Amino acid sequence: MGMKDFFLKSLFLGACLLSAGIALGILGFMVVLAYPLFAQGLFWDMLITPWSPGQGLFGVGPMITGTLCIASLAVGVSVPISFGVACFVGILHPGGKGRILKFVVEAMTSVPTVIYGFVGIFLMVPLVRELFSGGSGMCILSAGMMLGLLISPTMILFFAQSFTLVPQNHLDAADALGANTVQKFFYIVLPCAWKSMVTGLVLSFGRAMGDTLIALMIGGNAAAFPESVLDPARTLTAHIALIIAADFDSIEFKTLFVCGISLYAMTGIGVVLARGLGQRGRA
Amino acid sequence: MKFEKNKRGVVWAGILGLALVFCMTGLCLAGELDVFTGEKQVLRISGGTAHIPVMKAAAQKIIGFNPDIQIIIAGGGSGAGIKQVGEGLVDIGNSGRQATDAEVAKYGLKMVKWAIDGVAAVTHPQNPVKSLSSMQLQDIFSGKITSWKDVGGKEAPINVYTRDAASGTRSVFWEKALKKADITEKANVVVSNGAMKTALSNDPYSIGYVSVGFIDQGVAALVLDGVTPSMASVKSGEYTVARGLFSNTKGEAQGLAKKFMEYLLGPDGRALVLDKGFIPVN
Repeated sequence: MGMKDFFLKSLFLGACLLSAGIALGILGFMVVLAYPLFAQGLFWDMLITPWSPGQGLFGVGPMITGTLCIASLAVGVSVPISFGVACFVGILHPGGKGRILKFVVEAMTSVPTVIYGFVGIFLMVPLVRELFSGGSGMCILSAGMMLGLLISPTMILFFAQSFTLVPQNHLDAADALGANTVQKFFYIVLPCAWKSMVTGLVLSFGRAMGDTLIALMIGGNAAAFPESVLDPARTLTAHIALIIAADFDSIEFKTLFVCGISLYAMTGIGVVLARGLGQRGRA
Repeated sequence: MKFEKNKRGVVWAGILGLALVFCMTGLCLAGELDVFTGEKQVLRISGGTAHIPVMKAAAQKIIGFNPDIQIIIAGGGSGAGIKQVGEGLVDIGNSGRQATDAEVAKYGLKMVKWAIDGVAAVTHPQNPVKSLSSMQLQDIFSGKITSWKDVGGKEAPINVYTRDAASGTRSVFWEKALKKADITEKANVVVSNGAMKTALSNDPYSIGYVSVGFIDQGVAALVLDGVTPSMASVKSGEYTVARGLFSNTKGEAQGLAKKFMEYLLGPDGRALVLDKGFIPVN
């Protein structure tokens, strides 16, 4: 018993330390490699200045803006859809139609990203170009919508899952008080499910920010600050993919670590915020 | 050490993209392919995307003759090709530009030029604009001219497409067609000659540039200063936006890489080069 206990405890502790160590190690690795930029005082400027290698400007400001725009749009597109589908699947039709829909959603999670990118190029991009004839169609709007579609299965499953976590006796009590479905939903289900819904939201936002292929394939990759959703934009991840083949000694290459640290910081802030929101929702 | 691993991961990701293994026995073929008899190694090639059609064709012939040989072909761009061969990650690194003196010195590269290729400004086939002057081309790519109407076309915005930093096609086009003028930051960026062609053929208001070997019905080459970019005009020297296609090895090519290079420069290889729309060297 004692032995087994000790063994299991050290196994779990080891797993914890390993994953935490890797997460911190990656951050440390990027900071060390970006150190020359810190030392020259370039790091903070790079976060806001434009990218224009011809003029000796290597800022990743446009990429940070691009990432935030595309990821926010994706979440904006995805939340209403996911919320609706999750309600349908989890509350209105838990069996029958809902089951089939849920199965479809689960199948969607296993579609590779590149397929979405491919579909985006041949369906979404021409559509956006013709509807708003003003650009190449490779823009924030196309990438954001496609990315919204990509992250919605995760979000739907998270939302639907969180609805099932509502204690049955709460619902029974509401029934006894004569609450109808809508009242039950707003007064019981939502307050109870709030926390894990926020978690789902943040995870999806993280996925949207971390996705490379969709933005690379249909975002247009222009390294200018976007001025509208119809402008092409380059995300931090796409920037990394585009610059990785540059000379290792070049300053372009060093900016990759600035991108990495920014991405890391952005998702980190997101998680902290979600934690905060989740706590408050629970209280 | 960590750094090294990081690089290797990237390279492998690239290589996975184009692993070719053709299994057929071409007993009827003989002659130049004889040197490949008994070889069993893997040959890794990466770099310039303009080179890929020729590389693939040559690999098909060789593997058809001797299925024990594996030839893995990846893209990545000229910069990647030079870097990867220099680091010893691939056997042959292709580039659509000469390796710089610094690169040659750093890695001890040996360059072989096996073809000449033009880089043409291209647009969508339905675009009524069929020719431009150098000046117009520079103004379009720098973002000064933003409507097709200003160069005699429809009232539609011009969507500029360019290539990423590692592209040799980009560096040649920028140097010789754009005379080193700026390329607008608003330009869409694509990552290979193939991706450029796909993007242009889907966008009726596009302008970009591809290797002459990649021009087909999907895109229309623009006449530049009265000269039509084609194999003939590149060969005669009339069309000046041209460059050599190079294959680089670290030091003298050896073993399978050497045989591959010799095949490429021999009569069979030259026929393949010609067939894919490039001009074989001597």
